Amino acid sequence: MSQWIYIGLFFIVGLIVPVGAITVARILGPKKPNPIKQATYECGIETVGESWVQFKAQYYIFALVFLIFDVETVFLFPWAVKLSQLGLFAVVEGIIFILILIAGLVYTWRKGMLEWA
Amino acid sequence: MSFWKDPLKIAADWLMGILTSWGMPEVAAQILIGFLGVLILISVLMVLDIFLVWVERKVVSRFQDRIGPNRVGPFGLIQPFADIIKLLIKEDITPSGADKIVYNLAPILSMMSVLILWAIVPLAPTVLGVDLNIGALYIIAAGAIGALSIIMAGWSSNNKFALIGAFRQVAVMVSFEIPMLTMLLIPTILAGSMGMTAITEKQDIWFVLLSPLGALIFLITAIAELGRAPFDMAEGESELVAGYNTEYSGMKFGMFYAGELLHAFTYGGFLAILFFGGYRFFGLEQVSPFLAIAVIVFKAFVGYWIIMWVKYTLMRIRIDHMLAFNWKFLTPLAFTLLMVTALVNALLAGTSTWLYVAGMFLSNLVLGWAALTIARSYSRKEREKVEGVKKVVTTSRSTL
Amino acid sequence: MTAEQIIFLVVAFFTLGSGFMVVTTGNLVHAALWLVSTLFGVAVVFALLNAGFLAVVQVVVYIGAIAILFIFAVMLTRKDMRDQGPQTNSGWWAGVLIAVLVFAGLFFLLQGWGGLSKTAAAIPAGFDAVAELGNVLVSPDAFVLPFEVASVLLVAALVGAVYVAFNRK
Repeated sequence: MSQWIYIGLFFIVGLIVPVGAITVARILGPKKPNPIKQATYECGIETVGESWVQFKAQYYIFALVFLIFDVETVFLFPWAVKLSQLGLFAVVEGIIFILILIAGLVYTWRKGMLEWA
Repeated sequence: MSFWKDPLKIAADWLMGILTSWGMPEVAAQILIGFLGVLILISVLMVLDIFLVWVERKVVSRFQDRIGPNRVGPFGLIQPFADIIKLLIKEDITPSGADKIVYNLAPILSMMSVLILWAIVPLAPTVLGVDLNIGALYIIAAGAIGALSIIMAGWSSNNKFALIGAFRQVAVMVSFEIPMLTMLLIPTILAGSMGMTAITEKQDIWFVLLSPLGALIFLITAIAELGRAPFDMAEGESELVAGYNTEYSGMKFGMFYAGELLHAFTYGGFLAILFFGGYRFFGLEQVSPFLAIAVIVFKAFVGYWIIMWVKYTLMRIRIDHMLAFNWKFLTPLAFTLLMVTALVNALLAGTSTWLYVAGMFLSNLVLGWAALTIARSYSRKEREKVEGVKKVVTTSRSTL
Repeated sequence: MTAEQIIFLVVAFFTLGSGFMVVTTGNLVHAALWLVSTLFGVAVVFALLNAGFLAVVQVVVYIGAIAILFIFAVMLTRKDMRDQGPQTNSGWWAGVLIAVLVFAGLFFLLQGWGGLSKTAAAIPAGFDAVAELGNVLVSPDAFVLPFEVASVLLVAALVGAVYVAFNRK
């Protein structure tokens, strides 16, 4: 429990330090806003169109495949911790787990879901 | 126990004595001492961060056959301080249309995600933040907060380039987390625990000798997680201006930049802990914790040097090549390496040390060679498909 | 009121407040970010319960994967992410009434339950949760079959995702 309090302290101090630095910068810096300065940057010219882009569905698919494999690797962590003390049986069980998921990856690959275009 | 052997405990007990004699309840005193410890560590880290800016600029200049900063102070050592003063007195410009709260929160979260990583780094057997028994996953958790801060930065800037840069950067970070998680599993298997201290204590033989391919894949995925070249499409100046931090200036940009350098140094540290023995150096760490701290800082700098070396040598990789490399080469390779390591570890666990080390090392080499062969034959087939097979040699000679 | 209870109350208010903001804020990306803080509050509750592994897994999976997926989905489907439509529809009073009734019902039901004042049994010293979890996941008379079935479930989710995305293309 005291471990987590220490981590909480790290979070708090980790938040305070950047906030402090940015606040100091805000106090020390000049404040002269004008519309040209605050215009959105587009390589030195006026912005063309909205600042929203239709981004590719492919980002979503990569995030989805990542989610599946993230959950899988999280499952593997308790298995890995106990692995050296358990026998070959546990290793084979883990290998079956990983192989089923590699089959899933190969399926996704063959269906063309991992292409960027 | 002399001060040189266990500095943290001696200092904490002394402070506790003083504070309780002033009438503070013990719990509050403990929290205050913890707070002071965290403050000291983070202050040291920020000073180190400043020093890292100087190191980065000197190293890149040497790679590019020039001298680098040498005007401000001896060898340009005062240069980073001048940079900080410049960043501090710059105007704080918020672009119009930007989402103010999210825009200001993003650099803070980005820096915080790097600073909290140092809670679990064991600097010496007795000098460490927390010995969390789930240290390996904690690294990924901090990375998740970092990825979130990048999306926040890109979205809130109200700028096309920032948005695209942020999405690409997060897509790459997120994709390369899978091989990294798998490579974090390998020291976990070899050490029987996820905690950083336990992994360091179990490295009588450095894990890089037991799993060199694992160290290599961890290095590659760490460089991708950091968003540094050759995986830095977010900062691809010729492509996307400055990616997700296009609209940031002044100290907020400083937070992103310094955070990135400190992050690289932290990953150098984790490479050292996970694969190169951490603070251990043939028993040197038993002599004094200060020597152990020196050892791990040195190893972290070596890791940081390797990361810088890669950055200033290789060209940027295109985003679709990057993602294809991850999902079609690294992820299957990482999982195969995991299975092979688990199998060889179980089969050779009881045998003599030399057989164990040789078996693991050779299995890694065989796997790496097999993966490279498959990759090469695949690329040769791709090339032949594009160019047409050149079977005749005599024609090319006659045109010489 | 022990310190632990105070910390829990603060975290609980933070989590509930963030959850409330998720459903009431107008901007979708803000809602996704409030969801991130709600999930983080849940992770802190896990840490308070000494379930360190679950706390870190919560951050890694929920915040690191699912929240990012949410944000990507929002950005993929909303043309103008600054949409500010009306927050409530005409039947909002019915919703409030039902919510209050359900809350009162739960309150009366749980008043008589003794479990709320019982403290949990102390965890034996040296109990390594992650190692025990590893033990349990691979031993044949514990949870090895659900462990393997979980991988099949994940592949099923992957196949479903491929199917859904394929149709879109």
